[in-house]
Amino acid sequence: MNGAPQHHILSVLVENKFGVLTRIAGLFARRGFNIVSLAVSPTEDERFSRMTIVVDAESTPLEQVTKQLNKLIPVIKIVELPPGDAVERELMLVTVKATPEARSQITELAAIFEAKIDDVGFEAMTIQVAGPPSKLDAISDLLQPFGIVELQRTGRIALPKLSRRPARLRAVRGARVG
Amino acid sequence: MKLTGAQALIKSLEMEGTEVMFGLPGGAILPVYDPLIDSSIRHILVRHEQGAGHMAEGFAHATGRPGVAMVTSGPAATNVVTPLCDAYMDSIPLVMITGQVPYAVIGTDAFQECDTVGITMPVTKHNWLVTDPADIPRIVREAFHVATTGRPGPVLVDVPKDVANMEMEWYWPESVDLPGYKPNLKGHAKQIKDAARLMGEARRPVLYVGGGILKARAAEALRELAELTGFPVVTTLMARGAFPDDHELCLGMPGMHGNYTAITSMQQADLLVALGARFDDRVTGKVGAFAPNAKVVHVDVDPAELGKVRRPDVPIVGDCRLVIEEMVKAVRAEKARKDWPSIEEWMAQIRAWQERYPLVYEQLDDGPLKPQFCIDMLRDHTPDDTIVAAGVGQHQMWTSQRWKFNDPYTFVVSGGLGTMGFAVPAAIGAKVGRPDKMVWAIDGDGCFQMTAQELVTASAERIPIKVAILNNAYLGMVRQWQELFYEERYSEVYLSPDLPDYVKWAEAMGCIGMRCDTPEDVVPTIEKANEIDDRPVVIDFRTDYREKVYPMVPAGASNDDVILDPAHDIPGGRD
Repeated sequence: MNGAPQHHILSVLVENKFGVLTRIAGLFARRGFNIVSLAVSPTEDERFSRMTIVVDAESTPLEQVTKQLNKLIPVIKIVELPPGDAVERELMLVTVKATPEARSQITELAAIFEAKIDDVGFEAMTIQVAGPPSKLDAISDLLQPFGIVELQRTGRIALPKLSRRPARLRAVRGARVG
Repeated sequence: MKLTGAQALIKSLEMEGTEVMFGLPGGAILPVYDPLIDSSIRHILVRHEQGAGHMAEGFAHATGRPGVAMVTSGPAATNVVTPLCDAYMDSIPLVMITGQVPYAVIGTDAFQECDTVGITMPVTKHNWLVTDPADIPRIVREAFHVATTGRPGPVLVDVPKDVANMEMEWYWPESVDLPGYKPNLKGHAKQIKDAARLMGEARRPVLYVGGGILKARAAEALRELAELTGFPVVTTLMARGAFPDDHELCLGMPGMHGNYTAITSMQQADLLVALGARFDDRVTGKVGAFAPNAKVVHVDVDPAELGKVRRPDVPIVGDCRLVIEEMVKAVRAEKARKDWPSIEEWMAQIRAWQERYPLVYEQLDDGPLKPQFCIDMLRDHTPDDTIVAAGVGQHQMWTSQRWKFNDPYTFVVSGGLGTMGFAVPAAIGAKVGRPDKMVWAIDGDGCFQMTAQELVTASAERIPIKVAILNNAYLGMVRQWQELFYEERYSEVYLSPDLPDYVKWAEAMGCIGMRCDTPEDVVPTIEKANEIDDRPVVIDFRTDYREKVYPMVPAGASNDDVILDPAHDIPGGRD
């Protein structure tokens, strides 16, 4: 689950109507495409929502995904965000075993990753980490030896990097093939 | 002007030019059937909702206008899933209206409730659940727009009963505003030029023509392109009639049961110009071995078809008619610029194949009646512009192989989904759309039993279609596969020639029923049927069950491995 290029990130602008998520999820299922993660939220314009869909590049032909998605009427625009060229963020909550002796080590670790301690119990604590997927991977690896009780990640959201060079947005609208 | 949702729905259908709709009322759609009484729309009451869907498809096939059907909620909605899927696979414009339980009780498992929008999502181009009567004109407008533009297809509008009863202020939207739906119709000029350049280099070219030509009304443009280039044309099952069979450049149907020349010319081509075709597995056989040396120009209005199965060298997104018209200009320019290589040698090779491997069968005077002979006689003893509908199976393949389709929109067929039972209701729909034409359904006995009850509809509504059942007492195509690929272990394929008694059944449904079991009776029986114009006719042709469809490329095999009729191995053949 890191930003390595075996994943494609699609930023999909859709009409904010009921059933749109079903249409998109259904399309992925029946065409045999695999979703790695999915985040949906309203945009600055309330008529639209943005879905950030991460798909597995190996099992899924990106061109077919975008072309089929484009055929859905509520899909307005699809942009592929090249993993290196996008600001990607994800949020993770992780509950880790924390005996009183281990607590300070974990707190130290959390400080290095600018993570927040959200909850503390007698035997465990819950940490909140936000950042690029690689950072979340790293801290969960380091927490592993303490014993992870529960872990949840939001799925990533992403926006194109504001480049000082000309825009590097790669629009992959199927209609532009011809 | 205040209207109820139901009144607004009927008025919207009228505004869209609906003249006829096929349907069957029920609880949830009751409010909409009331204003229908005062409407100019002709409603044809079917006997099963599946029939309404296929009739609407047949209507659309024959006229090019969207077919409209209306049924109630729950079981009625699930009964139209098959025609919706059929229309989706074959890109047929279809507008389906379904009733729904009141919006207020949706989600409570109410009587005859089902999630129609959810169930039909994968088999429609788009669908709508109406939640506010004020949305009805806009949604109907959008529904017709989506169904008929770009790559056509079925749409569904689900109307809850309470929404139909509520009042709204009538309006008619001037335009459609769908920001996520803008089909690209005009082909890219540079790509078209590239295509013309490839065409000017080809020595073994084939125009591979699919149903998109018919959807785009591009038959004339295609003919101009074919005659300008002199390239031979194969017409897929969905495109039969898009290019006249009696044209010297027409090679007929390719694919699993295509003729040897059509299959082999594609295999050995150095250029395939695919026009409104989608490289279906029934055409390509084993994809990896399909037309291995061919460059591909692929024209389709649906960008997702380009590169889905075969990566084209020149992809062109656009409406087939507009693109071919531009292609003709580009070819003219290319021809003026340089000399085109001769394709004489290629055409000579094609002629040699045609001569060596014709479609064969043998009808003995005193032998069992051959299905191919029945089709040949029907072809030769009906008007040239007769519309033919077929079911799915052996009879369908023989019809496509043997009929001479010289006009577009004369073959009404279920291709992608392969829906048994399609022929009778589709023929009824076609006849409703084109009452001036003779309409024959050529059906199998297995298919006929699936939807025959719609002949009651045809009798009641005075829709005089004609049905030829090629009754071989078997699920013939399945039997053929069991014979060839399962060591003649016949499993559940025998149907009996006499059960049901097709003549009595036809008569019980208000039709004329006839039986024919000898070769000499075939023509007189057909001529008798042709004279009947006030009610449907059903002919029970008792045909030879041993007859198989050849040529055949087994499923998953390469198109290089065509199984020919065994008669080709006998010196002199059997024909």
